[in-house]
Amino acid sequence: MATAAARDTTRSQAYDAPDGAADTAEYARAFDAAVAADERIEPRDWMPDAYRATLVRQIAQHAHSEIIGMQPEANWITRAPSLRRKAILMAKVQDEAGHGLYLYSAAETLGTSRDELLDKLHSGRQKYSSIFNYPTLTWADVGAIGWLVDGAAITNQVPLCRCSYGPYARAMVRICKEESFHQRQGYELLLALSKGTPEQHAMAQDAVDRWWWPSLMMFGPPDDESQHSAQSMAWKIKRHSNDELRQRFVDICVPQAESLGLTLPDPDLKWNEERGHYDFGPIDWTEFWEVLKGNGPCNEQRLTRRRRAHEEGAWVREAAAAHAAKHTNGQTVETGAARA
Amino acid sequence: MTTTPAKDTALTTAALALGDDALVLSHRLGEWAGHAPVLEEEVALANIALDLLGQARVLLSMVGDEDELAYLREERAFRNLQLVEQPNGDFAHTIARQLYFSTYQHLLHTELAAGDGPFAPLAAKAVKEVAYHRDHAEQWTLRLGDGTDESHTRMQRAVDALWRHTGEMFQPVEGLDADWTGLETAWLERITEVLRRATLTVPEGPRTGAWTAGAGRQGLHTEPFGRMLAEMQHLHRSHPGATW
Repeated sequence: MATAAARDTTRSQAYDAPDGAADTAEYARAFDAAVAADERIEPRDWMPDAYRATLVRQIAQHAHSEIIGMQPEANWITRAPSLRRKAILMAKVQDEAGHGLYLYSAAETLGTSRDELLDKLHSGRQKYSSIFNYPTLTWADVGAIGWLVDGAAITNQVPLCRCSYGPYARAMVRICKEESFHQRQGYELLLALSKGTPEQHAMAQDAVDRWWWPSLMMFGPPDDESQHSAQSMAWKIKRHSNDELRQRFVDICVPQAESLGLTLPDPDLKWNEERGHYDFGPIDWTEFWEVLKGNGPCNEQRLTRRRRAHEEGAWVREAAAAHAAKHTNGQTVETGAARA
Repeated sequence: MTTTPAKDTALTTAALALGDDALVLSHRLGEWAGHAPVLEEEVALANIALDLLGQARVLLSMVGDEDELAYLREERAFRNLQLVEQPNGDFAHTIARQLYFSTYQHLLHTELAAGDGPFAPLAAKAVKEVAYHRDHAEQWTLRLGDGTDESHTRMQRAVDALWRHTGEMFQPVEGLDADWTGLETAWLERITEVLRRATLTVPEGPRTGAWTAGAGRQGLHTEPFGRMLAEMQHLHRSHPGATW
């Protein structure tokens, strides 16, 4: 306890301290020790510039994914086939906006701002998850997104609840609770279709066929091609490698697909007794890199839509700012009435 | 479609009027998802849409199967106000529509909640939700009306454009025991005060006419409504008898 307290003092003093080389080395040691001891790094603590930059990049990309990720699902809100499903879908899309808000707040603790991050999203300087560049072509896609995309997201994100950066870890605790709820709802939607009419069953199978491989790509490139992995694991931002998480996801999904009465579109998928895992076929990494470069089916559409919402909303944000400015100077609403 | 049971026509008429208002406005607000000017409004508009959808489901279930009623009636069988079916337009139009409707809904539900009719329990719950909706609409009316020159112009235009659909809210509905004249007076007072505080002018045009007088309640709607229903109903109608 005493050691941790002393370290905390060093770490928070660092915030205002002059940036001497000797001091920096000491702060870096305190930082490393805190990470090694599984302590949380907090906004006022000293942290390496590269740690800060990595977190900003990752949290921003995560926030952007929530916001862009609203689009493929919102695509079906006005066409949801029952009022119950419509309510569930609206609540889910609303949650995603909320997750975006938590995450932008978490990123802001690192010294950036939501406006700056949105600007980087809109100008293509920051990315969002490649999965949202695929189109939702039928109602069953809403279920496949819930089951597979949210399922993959949860597999990725649950370890982030123990991430070394406190604000991110705490945001993830709240987000993961809601995400697992969404995932169950997606599974339940697909189950209803799978057990429904032959047309509904076919719709569910077609959606799973289209979403399976893109979901596996959500875990990122294979370990030997992942640029940021080693450093992120050393900093305890990441806890498991891309391939480890991908394997875990496949192992979870196979029995779930069986109980759904649906197949996964991979002829190489089979249980490996020796490894105690499912073997699965090769991923089309060419497609992955193409989507990442902006050449996926919906990249253009998603970004254009997001930019347009932002641009068309500019006058509303300006009005809110102008109104706030008028009414924080002790000026009453009535003085404004002179203009009308 | 014979989705309208004959057992209590007054109850059915009233539940469909209230339920269709909530259903249709909820749908319109749902169209905003992913388009809102700021993230907080994504949350707020979806929140209001969900409240209204919840109200619609209770009301429609009072008279039949909620999905049959929502998805299998045609335009002429819907009983919602023309106001709530109006397209979203810009953010100011959406806010003006919210201001007019939530003010009305709040007054009406307050009155229904105080009575002992069949809608009292629903109204008691809804009035709390609607108080929030009204507050949201009023705050935005103030910000937009008394914001920039552009927002002022847009808000005034929206308030003017929807004015002609506000008279129909106070046409008495069979099965709803309310003081319609009193509601209208209270509504006008509240709206006048909000518009004044927002530096906006109360519109001068007619609030009703041959083109709107109670028309929505009789299944006479405006042109955009049919397209809205086509989108809303197409999937459900493509799979007759399926469950979802």
